[in-house]
Amino acid sequence: MFTEEKKNSQIFQDSNHLSPTSELEVSELIKEAYKKKFPIDIHGSNSKKFIGYNVQAAKSLDFSSLSGVIEYLPEELYIKVKPGTLIKDIENILEKNNQELSFEPTDFGYLKEGKSNKGTAGGCVSCNFAGSRRFKVGSVRDFILGFRGVNGKGDIIKSGGTVVKNVTGYDLSKLVSGSFGTLVALTEVTLKISAKKPSQNTIIIYEKDPKIISDLFNMVLSSSNEISGAVFVPDEPKSKKFTPNKSKAFKLNDLDQEGAFFAFRIEGDQNSIKERIKDISNEMNLKKYKTSNLDIYQSDLFWKSINSLQLFSETKNNLLRAVVPPSKSEKMMSFLNNKYRYFIDWSGALFWIEVPGDQNIKEVKNTIIQNNGYVTIIKKSEDFEFTEKLFTIDDTKLMISKKIKESFDPRGLFNPGKMYKDF
Amino acid sequence: MSEIALPKVDRTVVSKKDLIVNNLKQFTDKKNVLSELDEIRPYETDALAAYKNLPLAVVLPENTQEVSEILKFCHRENIKVIPRGAGTGLSGGALPLNDAILLGLGKFNKILDIDFDNKCVVTQPGVTNLSITHAVKHKGYYYAPDPSSQLACSIGGNVAENSGGVHSLKYGTTTNNILGVEMVMMDGTICRIGGKTLDQEGYDLLGLICGSEGLLGVITEVTVKILKNPQTVKAALIGFPTIEDGGNCVTDIISNGITPAGMEIMDKALIDATEKFVHAGYPMDAEVLMIVELDGTKSEVEELFKQIKQIAEKNKSNSFKLSKNEKERLGFWSGRKAAFPACGAMAPDYYCMDGTIPRGKLSEILKEISRLSKKYNLGVANGFHAGDGNLHPLILFDGSNKEELRRTEEFGAEILKACVRMGGALSGEHGIGIEKRELMCEAFNDNDIQQQINIKMSLDEKNLLNPGKVYPILRKCAEEGRVHVHRGEEKFPDLPRF
Repeated sequence: MFTEEKKNSQIFQDSNHLSPTSELEVSELIKEAYKKKFPIDIHGSNSKKFIGYNVQAAKSLDFSSLSGVIEYLPEELYIKVKPGTLIKDIENILEKNNQELSFEPTDFGYLKEGKSNKGTAGGCVSCNFAGSRRFKVGSVRDFILGFRGVNGKGDIIKSGGTVVKNVTGYDLSKLVSGSFGTLVALTEVTLKISAKKPSQNTIIIYEKDPKIISDLFNMVLSSSNEISGAVFVPDEPKSKKFTPNKSKAFKLNDLDQEGAFFAFRIEGDQNSIKERIKDISNEMNLKKYKTSNLDIYQSDLFWKSINSLQLFSETKNNLLRAVVPPSKSEKMMSFLNNKYRYFIDWSGALFWIEVPGDQNIKEVKNTIIQNNGYVTIIKKSEDFEFTEKLFTIDDTKLMISKKIKESFDPRGLFNPGKMYKDF
Repeated sequence: MSEIALPKVDRTVVSKKDLIVNNLKQFTDKKNVLSELDEIRPYETDALAAYKNLPLAVVLPENTQEVSEILKFCHRENIKVIPRGAGTGLSGGALPLNDAILLGLGKFNKILDIDFDNKCVVTQPGVTNLSITHAVKHKGYYYAPDPSSQLACSIGGNVAENSGGVHSLKYGTTTNNILGVEMVMMDGTICRIGGKTLDQEGYDLLGLICGSEGLLGVITEVTVKILKNPQTVKAALIGFPTIEDGGNCVTDIISNGITPAGMEIMDKALIDATEKFVHAGYPMDAEVLMIVELDGTKSEVEELFKQIKQIAEKNKSNSFKLSKNEKERLGFWSGRKAAFPACGAMAPDYYCMDGTIPRGKLSEILKEISRLSKKYNLGVANGFHAGDGNLHPLILFDGSNKEELRRTEEFGAEILKACVRMGGALSGEHGIGIEKRELMCEAFNDNDIQQQINIKMSLDEKNLLNPGKVYPILRKCAEEGRVHVHRGEEKFPDLPRF
């Protein structure tokens, strides 16, 4: 046995909490786990650990120490980082060059701790939760150019690269996005980055009728004005089961917190924003409604609040994430209004729904599925009894997913049971 | 080029041809099963016409159930299956095998649902890329990926190869523009992935299937996103005195935060060839010609072209011509789009390569191609999707000269190796197929390839679906005796190892 291998074998034996600092170390530790058939809890900074089932594992592999920027080439529009690198740090680096992660990673920090925590690059990729620009620019998975990682046998593997167009073998970057660390322990990810638009404005329309809101969403999707965000925030239900939070989450000078509102965002240089707003005013016949206009500063805060789920800050209830075809938004609104606290993102396609009590989850899930959508139970209330599955999947896809899982992790060691009970 | 190692022919299957053909006739109309030489001859090659091979038989099913029955039968009887769309692929992905059934999807040619409310179209895979746009253009919509073969290539083939086009710089490739597929696995299982919703929960099977070159399943339905036409579209022709200046201008445009809808570069050889062919009005004093297209609001397009003009001047551009109207814009593109036939007029044959490099390496790769052109004594014309670093050198040769064929092949392989050395990829949009199979070891090591093969084997354990494609047969790793053996079982035991 090589000295290094011997050392890692000893480390593996002595400690249950392992914090590798190099790819080689990750590989050696996983090889040990493979030999000894020890399941491993793979995680970064734990900002999204509450999502999915609890992992029962003898060892925990903490990637937060494997961090740092490997290569950042602004002109080539990519940044290559180690998985433990904080999203916050990446955003700060990009900001200096007027660049950004345009998929707007969802910030789950407020939900649990009442403050921002976007977690790590590895966690962001593994969970694949994109923010408000999704319907225009794509999801996290559309921004992963390549990765390096270690499979369940300890082999170091890579896929993709640093270029946008790449058809060389299967696109494993997509496959690892949203796999919750069950396929590969990531050791390096290359993210596609974008130029930040010089300015932005958000138009608020004070309206709550589901038919009108649904029509407005449709107009956003039908417009050629490159609208980069469209949300609806309804009235909060009067029930005591919800702690009122809306006025705090959207405390902005030019936003009237009373009542429901629809909002959409335009980005670009000042002239094109003006031109687009004028055009959209005609398309949507805006003079019919009470409206207000959020300037660049307020607009920025508004979308930060949306993408950090501040409406549900520190809630004790369950939180569901549903994705439906946008044409179903009206039916969904009619069902949810006054019963549940929720908001709609992705121009009618994404619903974040707060559901008190397990007994109500079933009816919400059924409605989503009837409307051809899928649902994830993101946050569980304290008395959650696990009668409902956290992720939805049909039997055929489950069978295919299980086979794929085995091809990466034949002994089922990575985050066992995190997504599905079977593997 | 016309000879290539293929999986070992299963003589038992070949000897049972008549029985197999009769069996296939149970699953679909008799007229959909072709087995006579004159009937199957048209399927012996795809657009990589240097490789030809006859299939055992051709079957043209009409619906998903038929595809499922056929695959189930082939799976049970250990018969290989080669899926084929319109046969326009440039990497030999649909090359038949003598002991395989060629499964043509040409009869899947209907658009099933145009859903303007959800901004998507549900279509059968045999529908051509361009007919999707034609079906929605009356309401001002279009389907974004636009491979140059869009008139003929099928959407199912686009999914298999993750096709791009000149506008993928801003709008992405196929994988970024589809919402769902229905597919049939090799054992006949029918599976629906995605639908009219954005993203999928669980493993991104849609992302895995897209670009999998027909190795994992047969696509029987595709749901694509459609987009609203932009308000204003304009293009500019910009000439540069040197390769370096043109290359630097591409990098500077992107670095300045501008994302054009398309940004193409043509070298002197291609400018001359296309100008002679279509008279597009290209500047003949330019060593390098750039076509930049922008879309958006009128003021935005005008403002960004002002910036681009300044950036171009800083990079010593010697001409700048902005399209005045739609006719002129299309004229600018006519030359670029005629690149292939123009090269066809310059030499008896041309060989179209497809590789990717980081944008900043553009002049470096052009210089390397020029050096190789001299080394192999073969002409070459270069067209680039410069914005995303995707290059298509067209090597000019005479296919009747065997020695020239060999040189052409070596020249092409050296270009792709150079792409990988410079941090790029072996293929940007044409796929690996059989053409670049043996080069996979340039980009990936044994572990990387083995992981991919493990996925293939997990979904097609008998390796019956499109075998012999994408993964090296003459695998370096195999030559060096480092083939991974899993639980004592060698993967692809039927493949020859040299």
